[in-house]
Amino acid sequence: MAKRGLGKGRVKGESQDIWLRLMVNGRRCDVVAPVQKTLLEVLREDLGLTGTKHGCELGECGTCGILVNDLFVLSCLTLPVDIQGKEVTTVEGLAHNGKLHPLQQAFSELGAAQCGYCTPGFLMAAKALLDTDPSPTREAIQDGLSGNLCRCTGYLKIFEAVELAADRMGAERRKAATAPQVAP
Amino acid sequence: MTDFSVIGKPRGRVDGPAKVTGQAQFADDLHLPGMLFAKLLRSPVPHGRIKALDTSRAEALSGVVAVLTGKDLPEKYGILPVSQDEEALCTEKVRYVGDPIAAVAAVDEDTAERATELIALELEELPSYMTIEEALEKEGEPIETLRFGPNVHKAVSLEFGDVESAFAKADHTREDLFFYEGSTHLPMEQHAAVARWEPEGKVTLWSSTQTPHYVHRALAKVLGLPMNRIRVIATPVGGGFGGKSDPFNHEIVVAKLAIVTGKPVKLTLTREEVFYAHRGRHPTLMWVKTGVRKDGAITAMHFRSFLDGGAYGSYGVVSTYYTGALQTTTYKIPAYKFEGTRVYTNKPPCGPKRGHGTPQPRFAIEVHFEHLARELGMDPIDFRLKNLVEPFTYTANWLRITSCGLRECVEKVLEASGFRDKRGKLPEGRGVGFGLSAYMSGASLPVYWNDMPHSEVQLKVDRSGTVALFSGAIDIGQGSDQVLAATTAEVLGLEPEDIHLITADTDLTPIDLGSYSSRVTFMAGNAAIQAAERLRDQIAEAMAAKLDVPTDRVAFRNGRVMDAQRPEGGVSWEEACAVAEAAQGNLMSRGAYKPPELSGPYKGSGVGPSPAYSYSACVAEVTADPESGVVEVDKVWIAHDVGRSLNPTLVHGQVEGSVYMGLGEVLLEEQVFRHGLHKIPSMLEYKSPTTKDMPPIETILVETVDPEGPFGAKECGQGPLLPVIPAVANAVEDAIGARFHEIPITPEKVLSAMDKAARGEEPLIGPTSLPDYHLGEVLRVDPPDGKKVELFPMHEET
Amino acid sequence: MLRLPPFAYVAPSSVEEVVEALHTHGPDAMIVAGGTDLYPNMKRRQFEPKVLVGLANVPELRAIRGTPEAGLTVGAGATLREVSAHPVIQEHYYAVAKAAGLVSTTPLRNMGTIGGNLCVDPRCNYYDMPFPWRKAVGFCMKKDGDICLVAPGSPRCWALSSSDIAPVSLALEAKLRLIGPQGTRALEANDFYRDDGIEYLTKERDEILTEIQLPPAKGLRTTYWKLRRRGSFDFPILGVAAALTMDDGTVTRARLALGAVASRPEEVVEAREFLEGKEPTEADVHAVAEAAFELAKPLDNADGHFYWRKRMVRPYVQGALKELLRMGPPESWPREYN
Repeated sequence: MAKRGLGKGRVKGESQDIWLRLMVNGRRCDVVAPVQKTLLEVLREDLGLTGTKHGCELGECGTCGILVNDLFVLSCLTLPVDIQGKEVTTVEGLAHNGKLHPLQQAFSELGAAQCGYCTPGFLMAAKALLDTDPSPTREAIQDGLSGNLCRCTGYLKIFEAVELAADRMGAERRKAATAPQVAP
Repeated sequence: MTDFSVIGKPRGRVDGPAKVTGQAQFADDLHLPGMLFAKLLRSPVPHGRIKALDTSRAEALSGVVAVLTGKDLPEKYGILPVSQDEEALCTEKVRYVGDPIAAVAAVDEDTAERATELIALELEELPSYMTIEEALEKEGEPIETLRFGPNVHKAVSLEFGDVESAFAKADHTREDLFFYEGSTHLPMEQHAAVARWEPEGKVTLWSSTQTPHYVHRALAKVLGLPMNRIRVIATPVGGGFGGKSDPFNHEIVVAKLAIVTGKPVKLTLTREEVFYAHRGRHPTLMWVKTGVRKDGAITAMHFRSFLDGGAYGSYGVVSTYYTGALQTTTYKIPAYKFEGTRVYTNKPPCGPKRGHGTPQPRFAIEVHFEHLARELGMDPIDFRLKNLVEPFTYTANWLRITSCGLRECVEKVLEASGFRDKRGKLPEGRGVGFGLSAYMSGASLPVYWNDMPHSEVQLKVDRSGTVALFSGAIDIGQGSDQVLAATTAEVLGLEPEDIHLITADTDLTPIDLGSYSSRVTFMAGNAAIQAAERLRDQIAEAMAAKLDVPTDRVAFRNGRVMDAQRPEGGVSWEEACAVAEAAQGNLMSRGAYKPPELSGPYKGSGVGPSPAYSYSACVAEVTADPESGVVEVDKVWIAHDVGRSLNPTLVHGQVEGSVYMGLGEVLLEEQVFRHGLHKIPSMLEYKSPTTKDMPPIETILVETVDPEGPFGAKECGQGPLLPVIPAVANAVEDAIGARFHEIPITPEKVLSAMDKAARGEEPLIGPTSLPDYHLGEVLRVDPPDGKKVELFPMHEET
Repeated sequence: MLRLPPFAYVAPSSVEEVVEALHTHGPDAMIVAGGTDLYPNMKRRQFEPKVLVGLANVPELRAIRGTPEAGLTVGAGATLREVSAHPVIQEHYYAVAKAAGLVSTTPLRNMGTIGGNLCVDPRCNYYDMPFPWRKAVGFCMKKDGDICLVAPGSPRCWALSSSDIAPVSLALEAKLRLIGPQGTRALEANDFYRDDGIEYLTKERDEILTEIQLPPAKGLRTTYWKLRRRGSFDFPILGVAAALTMDDGTVTRARLALGAVASRPEEVVEAREFLEGKEPTEADVHAVAEAAFELAKPLDNADGHFYWRKRMVRPYVQGALKELLRMGPPESWPREYN
């Protein structure tokens, strides 16, 4: 029988199936899975969220990157049990109301996605970057995305896409800030 | 017709939205009800004989559904009809660490993996051959003996013109040796395949493959099923670069397991296994001798290559020819001799990696010419310009050159980079280097002999006006979906997003031979244009009657169909389709492309001919630190003759990606072995450049509008890799005087060159001898002197 | 898909409970903090613990407290990102911030902890490989086998200390606090490490590293130079950590340590002799570099040719010391490659 949460000690035996209560892309998801099943596996195999890809499962490529409470982390090295109660965002959670996130739009427009396999990981890394540094320099972009490998693009279109998205998001923010305030 | 509405405009890709939202379904994303998972038991030794194999304990494990061994799949296969030397599961011998021996299907991956460990395997180890020299010189039981001798897979010797007397005419000759280390594609997506047994007695395979048609043929052969009982669907390929162009053992194994179990079966390779699937760059040892007159004109060249092929044939016969074929496509070489030898070694098989067999000789020649020109007292650039191939000519080895923007590429890249002001003039430790190259826009012959088109496209229109395009081409990231949609949309006056693509499904789509040899834009693009023109003509005919104008006055623009002389009138595309369907019945059309017959009159002439060659010229600026040996690339300038840039966004992406991969090969990446094993089968230790390692790139596109290309386009996905490697090597010499006849240029090699210089020796790093192997008789061929170039344009408008 | 082998997971909420869990499960248990070192090793079956004791719910381990005047205490559970971005650490313990910021990649610094980095399992490219590969090459003594594949005649394991923080902790003479069933103890960082690729820590199995105590920062200048072939991802193939305490132009205390040259971080003790009590000259710096060069004995078990890694010790030591001594303009220093 699955057990909600975990004890603080004295657990015996091989493996535990546990009941996980996760928040993924703003939705509550209840999953019963062995405790050693990584978030990558739970997302792809239990929740059907196959947008998160994997390239090595050892933390060496960045392909499976996601956000946990806005922090860019690797799902292949994350145990779901450790992030219960935290917000998980995957590539499927980037678009809002059918409208692509400016990063998605820019990646698509500028050909920053060629084969597209590393793209979800790059998008999540870029989102985490822009959340903390809304108008990053090229060097900051290179730094922020330095945990992700791409073999198609030579990265340049990716850098340009992040810059374009940052510009557009900045323009949106300025527009919102200068828009006349309407009483509710 | 240059007033394009889609062609030539920078724009995103039709497959972009699916890829940025995570909706693109790659092979490993497929999950079918009741699916089983497969794992392979692989050889732990580089060369051995299977003495005993007992799978009973694996079969007995709870959760295991089926176990296969070589006995279940005895038929041999291989991508080339002349090299049918692979087995899906080894029967008698294993030939590299990682060679698969048995396969298990189980309810989950962990169970399948545990079961492989329960298989009792007894191997007798045989002597292993890990280098070209060992393959040719070491005693012991060979890996394979074909007609060229033990461990020699292919040997070829061709002479075009009388090379000996052409050398005699030279005022100066020079010889050099080179070695190009192997490297691998490292696609971000690990290979994956899913197979399902269909109730009507068919098997369907979904696979991350660049060549669904060739996989289809191999499956039929090995499974012993007619092709019409096999359906192959290529899923979006998460990085190919040539590494997913062979039929693979894991594809055959899942298909067989699906048949045996009646259930869907998936097999996804681990990253380690991807290094074993390989088919990457051949480590290649080369010798080149060139004769020149005082004025710099080349009189003759003799080129020898030794390719380290790994354990199986793969594309190796073709790879061997490619190390010799394209030398003549950039320089006028009136007399040319080529000798190539490919050996078997106990390593994962090599095959086609971006540039297939041509980056190695390109590196050799572009470095060799630097030395040669300087010995002659000529500027190396002037030497090259003196010998550049001319457009619309034949080469000594019967290759037809058509459009050629090489001279313009050279001039533009020199100007943009300020090369002439920098060469030899930058401060110590900094330097610039140059290289140029050519590549094929598709091989003019298929992998197996047949008389049929290489690419076909069908279009059909439904009542919504949606144009469905059916093509066997698979997008591997290069943008083939965009090329198909854009070329079709241009002809029909629509937007690329109006075209619905159905691709790479052998049951549904007409042939495309695959995403290899940079052929898809040229060939599938031409087929799409033809299909679109035929559809346009049908609609024009019906609309001409309705508008009461001559057919050639019907125009297609902005989603509308109108009288060209009254552009404000007309009807919507949907209405025009309704008019045409009412008049003619269902609206559909077809287009096909078959390259013209371009092969010369000799055996072996099938490798090298292409309907068009792309051209590139590159300048690299580097900083080389003589104290640390570290070489950093500060900037790359590259000019590429793409014929016509169908979509600058995508072309720039292909050029930049090629430069990136070239930089990885020249400075970092190595597929190397130790104790018979791949030394570093991991993403961490195989040094693929990161975001922090990429220099800026300035790309210059040159448009020569090829007479046979789709809207004049040529390839751009492979050629731009080639000149990067010699450009960097030449830049290192300019910076610190170290001469590299070997790549990658690693820091310890740079230090070793510096140490040599300090001792007063030539600071040269590279091979010092060739193995002792003598080729058979040379095939002498007269060059096509004076042969007139004939053109075969497909479309009047272009 | 590489997957983790089964284990039981306990998630204590205090250090006390962690110690209790470690004690209860004995050698079957391992601690997991960020998981960035442990999980890959488990997926490759280098570690096969039956029980994992997770630190995710022990917030007390993450605290960074104290002052530069009195000394700063960094909780072992602080992530490498938190450490590298901490303003006090950046200003007063530059080497710590820099080293933490150069570990692996952005996401792994978001996950990995400073304690985890200090305890990172020594690496070897015969060992950090998937199970089938290790089986094919023949298991080594570090896991499942009985010989060292790097030095086959050797009775010991030569796996390489690959922590960026470890040499920095030596140079700063940081104290490491351990808590176990026997109580609390504080060790000099230098005494935390052993010269063995397998038994590389003096920490007992049921002890937990809880904090790193940095000394008062008055007069302290520190730096860390890391060598790797790519600008990201890679472990150090040489690390040079230097800490000088200055009184005007005079060096009153000098500590230099090397990482990734042996199974433990190594202090170059000659630095004390050549630098302390004077205003060091270029010749002194060269003498230290020479001593460091002699000390470094890299083997063929990591990226980069071992000869090159050894040769890089000289310019790196010179560079790090010249940086701290502000000796000449930065353009005249050797270059750092990371």
